[in-house]
Amino acid sequence: MALLHLEIVTPDQIVLDTYVDYVGAPGVDGEFGVLAGHIPLLTALQIGLLYYRIDGKETQVFISGGFAEVAENKISILAQSAEIADNIDVKRAEAALKRAEERLLPLHKNEVDHMRAELALKRAIVRLGLTKRI
Amino acid sequence: MPSLKDVKLQIAGVGKTKQITKAMGMVASSGLRGAQMRIDRFRPYAKKFSSMLSDLAARTEDASHPLLQVHEKKQNVIIILITSDRGLCGGFNINLITRALKLAKEKEQEGKEVQFLCVGRKGRDAVKKTSYVLFDSMTDIMGRLNFQFAVQLGNTVSHAYENNTADEVYLVYSEFVSMSRQIATASLLLPVEPSTEEAGSSQIEYIYEPNVAVLLAELLPRYINVEIYRGLLDTHASENAARMFAMNNATNNCDEMMSSLTLLYNKTRQASITNDLMDIVGGANALQSQ
Repeated sequence: MALLHLEIVTPDQIVLDTYVDYVGAPGVDGEFGVLAGHIPLLTALQIGLLYYRIDGKETQVFISGGFAEVAENKISILAQSAEIADNIDVKRAEAALKRAEERLLPLHKNEVDHMRAELALKRAIVRLGLTKRI
Repeated sequence: MPSLKDVKLQIAGVGKTKQITKAMGMVASSGLRGAQMRIDRFRPYAKKFSSMLSDLAARTEDASHPLLQVHEKKQNVIIILITSDRGLCGGFNINLITRALKLAKEKEQEGKEVQFLCVGRKGRDAVKKTSYVLFDSMTDIMGRLNFQFAVQLGNTVSHAYENNTADEVYLVYSEFVSMSRQIATASLLLPVEPSTEEAGSSQIEYIYEPNVAVLLAELLPRYINVEIYRGLLDTHASENAARMFAMNNATNNCDEMMSSLTLLYNKTRQASITNDLMDIVGGANALQSQ
């Protein structure tokens, strides 16, 4: 009995548009869960895992930050990129991990570069963690 | 009358040109299909974004975010001009450049300093010929557009706006209306003016996490990126549509030229045969009369 409408959109495509029972999402202040009948909510998301359940079956999705809007039994996720666990490009993520690590090694004086590399590292780690779990 | 050989060469030349224009038209039409698909896929995201933003902006009483604040002294204007890298697409680039220069002139007459940020080689070259300052330029990105470029551009102008080095930012792009209609449009990017027409959606009382101000601070810079990306995608689609149109016209013109040249060729051929016959008949008559 799936009652909650889940929609994940990125600039390049609609990643997911389906009815689910439960959604767990990485909010900036920690993970939060959404069931059907949730009160309207607008929140920012951090890089992390989003998962949803349909009939007890759980699927995981990588989210690179963004926003979530819950209203009228519908949860819309706006993310710059989102990938369902099976579709993650492992090689690309590994390469990104390596690249980010290399960039972090010499202590960058430039704060922005450092921050970017850190974010990239985080994304890569989450992506890889997801693929290994399956 | 031109010689037979000349006409034949000319026909062959026009034929070759036709092959090229036809191929370019085909390339443009497949490019257009891809570009249109991307616009369609991007639209839900952009729509959701602007409705979220107008909802949030309606909830903050004052312009609390630097990107919402209207600068009191409007001195520096940045115009982002999006054009294509290549020509052969009719009046497409000219229209965009004219639109941008018109805007620049208006701003200059108001006593403001205008700087250009160009995407695409055609626009950059045109701006270089004027006396306006070229702030920055990006070329060769139209073929491999992705959201990252928009983010880069967006960050540049957002920073400039926050540091007070820019007081107004305009985006000049080509709005893709239909296959045969593309409008060169100039829109105000910064300061952000949230649309009020979607205020109807704000009837729902949301819980905001962490709070409205933080959400707005996260949302606004991204909104700029979204707007720029939409401009890029629209311009890309328009470019391909314009090129397709121009190349189809060129192909038709080639057809016309070839048929008129073939007519000329046949006429020339007949004329030369008639001349030859007259020579022979004349020679035979001369022999008979001897």
